[in-house]
Amino acid sequence: MNRPANSPPTARRRSARYWLRMSATLLLFMAVWLVWSGYMKPLLVSLGLLSCCIVILLSTRMGDLEEETGWLGVLPRLPAYWLWLAREVVISNFTVARIILSPRLVLDPVMVTLEADAQDPFGQAVLGNSITLTPGTLTVGVETGRLRVHCLTQAGAEELLRGDMNRRVAALTRR
Amino acid sequence: MAIVLDALSWAMLVGGALFVLIGGIGALRMPDFFTRMHASSLTDSLGPMLVLGGLALQSGWSLETVKVLAILLFLLITGPTATYALGHAASVAGLKGGTREYRASDPREPRA
Repeated sequence: MNRPANSPPTARRRSARYWLRMSATLLLFMAVWLVWSGYMKPLLVSLGLLSCCIVILLSTRMGDLEEETGWLGVLPRLPAYWLWLAREVVISNFTVARIILSPRLVLDPVMVTLEADAQDPFGQAVLGNSITLTPGTLTVGVETGRLRVHCLTQAGAEELLRGDMNRRVAALTRR
Repeated sequence: MAIVLDALSWAMLVGGALFVLIGGIGALRMPDFFTRMHASSLTDSLGPMLVLGGLALQSGWSLETVKVLAILLFLLITGPTATYALGHAASVAGLKGGTREYRASDPREPRA
């Protein structure tokens, strides 16, 4: 953002991408409203639409839609990534479960610094959360594209530094 | 078909409960703060995935299924976020536990 953080958004001309972003957000809100309520009566649905519009209005005033987070472009690539992530989560769950249940608790915790391939904050947040979601690795800090990751074992740290997840997240959140 | 779905959903429910239990055991057995967080991440990931997946199968194709899956989605996003807040606070406060800094054996040489 170029303008000062707390000045209200000016009435300048919005780009086409801004309107696309806004309608996508409205569509998402409306879908969520319908699923949560389960109402299909015209009066209630129009009231729901109204409340969604009010939320959009408020977020516009707060400048929430000014910045491009790129979640819309990520959507089509998401299912494949989720499938891969689910597989990783299952594998690492079994690995950590085996460590926990072994009679002698063999641990070798190490702290790793990982250079994120994803350049923007959104991608780095996705990477950090994906790392934390797979048991055995834990993001404890993100600073200027560097992630500090706590790993339960040296093997887990090496797996992480091989950078498979790093590359996939960068490809997922690429503009 | 219904019996297969029912069996699958019960297997998932029991499996999920098992992972939550193992996570609890781990949180008790682990020696320090960070390793305990690793143990409890079992309770955070595959545990709810299996339990809520099993519940979704139980409810059949209805609005409830979508809601259960939405709950799962939110859990999988907010869980790691909360874990990050906790771990980051500990790391900023300088907590180390038994952790050492990572040192690669030799990156150019393939490991045996």
